[in-house]
Amino acid sequence: MRIYVPRDSAAKALGADDVAKAVQAEAARRGLDITLTRNGTRGMVWLEPLLEVQTEDGRRAFGPLTAADVPALFDAEFGDHPKALGLTDELPWMMGQTRLTFARVGVIDPLDLAEYEHHGGLAGLRKALAMTGEQIVTEVTESGLRGRGGAGFPTGIKWKTVAGAQAEQKYIVCNADEGDSATFADRMLMEGDPFTLIEGMVIAGLATGATKGYVYARSEYPDANAVFAEAIRVAREGGLLGTDILGSGKTFEMEIRIGAGAYVCGEETSLLNSLEGKRGVVRAKPPLPALEGFLGRPTVVNNVISLATVPVVMSHGATFYKDFGLGRSRGTIPLQIAGNVKHGGLYECAFGLSLGEIVEGIGGGTASGRPVKAVQVGGPLGAYFPPALFDTPFGYEEFAGADGLVGHAGLTIFDDTADMLEMARFAMEFCAIESCGKCTPCRIGAVRGVETLERIAGGDASAIPILTDLCNTMKFGSLCALGGFTPYPVMSALTHFPDEFTGTHQEAAE
Amino acid sequence: MPLDDQDIAVRVEEILATHDGVEGPLLPILHAIQEAFGYVPRAALPQIAEGLNLSRAEVHGVMTFYHDFREDPAGRHVLKLCRAEACKSMGADRVAAHARGKLGIDWHETTRDGTVTLEPVFCLGLCACAPAAMIDGKVVGRIDEARVDALLTEVGK
Ligand SMILES: Cc1cc2nc3c(=O)[nH]c(=O)nc-3n(C[C@H](O)[C@H](O)[C@H](O)COP(=O)(O)O)c2cc1C
Ligand code: SF4
Ligand code: FES
Repeated sequence: MRIYVPRDSAAKALGADDVAKAVQAEAARRGLDITLTRNGTRGMVWLEPLLEVQTEDGRRAFGPLTAADVPALFDAEFGDHPKALGLTDELPWMMGQTRLTFARVGVIDPLDLAEYEHHGGLAGLRKALAMTGEQIVTEVTESGLRGRGGAGFPTGIKWKTVAGAQAEQKYIVCNADEGDSATFADRMLMEGDPFTLIEGMVIAGLATGATKGYVYARSEYPDANAVFAEAIRVAREGGLLGTDILGSGKTFEMEIRIGAGAYVCGEETSLLNSLEGKRGVVRAKPPLPALEGFLGRPTVVNNVISLATVPVVMSHGATFYKDFGLGRSRGTIPLQIAGNVKHGGLYECAFGLSLGEIVEGIGGGTASGRPVKAVQVGGPLGAYFPPALFDTPFGYEEFAGADGLVGHAGLTIFDDTADMLEMARFAMEFCAIESCGKCTPCRIGAVRGVETLERIAGGDASAIPILTDLCNTMKFGSLCALGGFTPYPVMSALTHFPDEFTGTHQEAAE
Repeated sequence: MPLDDQDIAVRVEEILATHDGVEGPLLPILHAIQEAFGYVPRAALPQIAEGLNLSRAEVHGVMTFYHDFREDPAGRHVLKLCRAEACKSMGADRVAAHARGKLGIDWHETTRDGTVTLEPVFCLGLCACAPAAMIDGKVVGRIDEARVDALLTEVGK
């Protein structure tokens, strides 16, 4: 009997290790022969720890479980049980998705290379090995894949620049510094299907002529980093890395590097400085990292999800991928639904759902059962959307048109008790704490912003125009998006919830 | 047991040696030193500088830029509470106020008896089971006041 209990951090944070231990103990007590696989998460965090058991009809799910539920599950022979959810694949959350990047996450043993291959892994790389670098770049360009780290820059075009640069050594740097609140797609992928990212990086190397890769990961994700480091070791042993990739004679090597708790190091040039062992200060562009990146050499910097999507683009073809989506936002996007939400987790689907469908339909509204007040989309630099804007379709241009951003596709839901003035103050405080210090509008502006918002909170509405001016200065005078986009959460809170800034608003009824 | 400068120098030398040939070695070295000692001893900085052919000011500048590196040892247990938006939407501020009150310390401080250090963290990637925390590297989801009390009791506080 094969039983699955996720090793994903979110599952662990809700007690999955205890459940796994209880399963082992109970099986041993009953003398049952089981195989326990610690898989990634299916993304239904509200059902974690979610146990699955393999049956003839497919995998049956049970959750959310505690260790105390386990003996009764064995008694029921994994059939009728109060926590039984039915076949995993038939749960509405699973059926509504188009899982391309996350196809194997939660399905396979994350560190079993044979199982990875059995579920479609390495097919993209095999195709790429039979192509020229130029052909790979064309395929990725035609797929319409845009960077999932936030800026949405076309991945193929970035690769073309690096491919065209002449240098003895080029690099693929994976940005795994996922620092935005409400985002965990990179983490779930690295914990649940790390070989996909490795495969994507190898393909990027083949496309551009880079033979060395770095994954810049966060110290806040010790579990993900441990899985990923192990995956690199397994991949090397399995011939996926090294000097003879899958017997092709081609070379690619990689290692993981851990950041040190600086949000700004997610910005690509700051990241490169950090990787070089310097202060994580943002570099002015030009030069582009594609031409002068790590150690001054041509470097692809791509987000985890961008790179992990490349294998499916290669295996299924550019047209297959491009056919999903909306407008200039092609393919699928792993939505991360978080905060005060009933059904939180990761949901991969084509671009184009409306914000309201995501929040109310998929998320099921708030966890508290109170009305939704606002949704912050795109992390700490993203705008707050009120329900009046819930018809906005999920796409890069569509969100920009509503004075917001998609970013890394994290959504934080707030109920009607949220204090929007406090959220605006927090945005400024966060910017002040995390500013790299290179430019004045951000370094000084954020500190002034906190002071100004505190004045407003104290009842001084005359400070509101000062806040607006300050936001303009930061928006247009900052070198990078930390200072430049912090005005998004601040100004959207002010625009959509003006009463809370002028003291005329009533506290939500308790 | 307090380490004297000689012990530190020996260990730092070993760490420097294992990072020979690494591209951009300073962060990995600082992490390794913090792993070995629990903090980055001031005495190690000139030695790192010399080993990497950098100025002391550069090494000090890097070390102080990053929130992770400590100049002094932490308490025996480190409790990190997420302060970011998704956790705020689920009451992180209230939970943090409770923890600070109970421990009698503010962010970045250590209790007088050296048991617990309290650190803020901005997102642990557990935003769908917020508020989130981490104690000694172990993840905790949906933390509330009672859970904070239970965790602190477990570590003897
Ligand atoms: C303050 C700041 C933080 C950022 N954080 C991240 C991050 O954590 N992960 C990421 O992939 N991109 C982040 N970015 C975007 C990167 O600068 C860059 O656009 C991205 O890594 C490029 O990869 P992509 O084209 O695959 O998205 C950040 C940008 C800024 C300004
Ligand atoms: S905007 Fe802020 S973080 Fe970005 S370069 Fe300027 S000071 Fe640094
Ligand atoms: S915002 Fe707290 S874990 Fe992500």
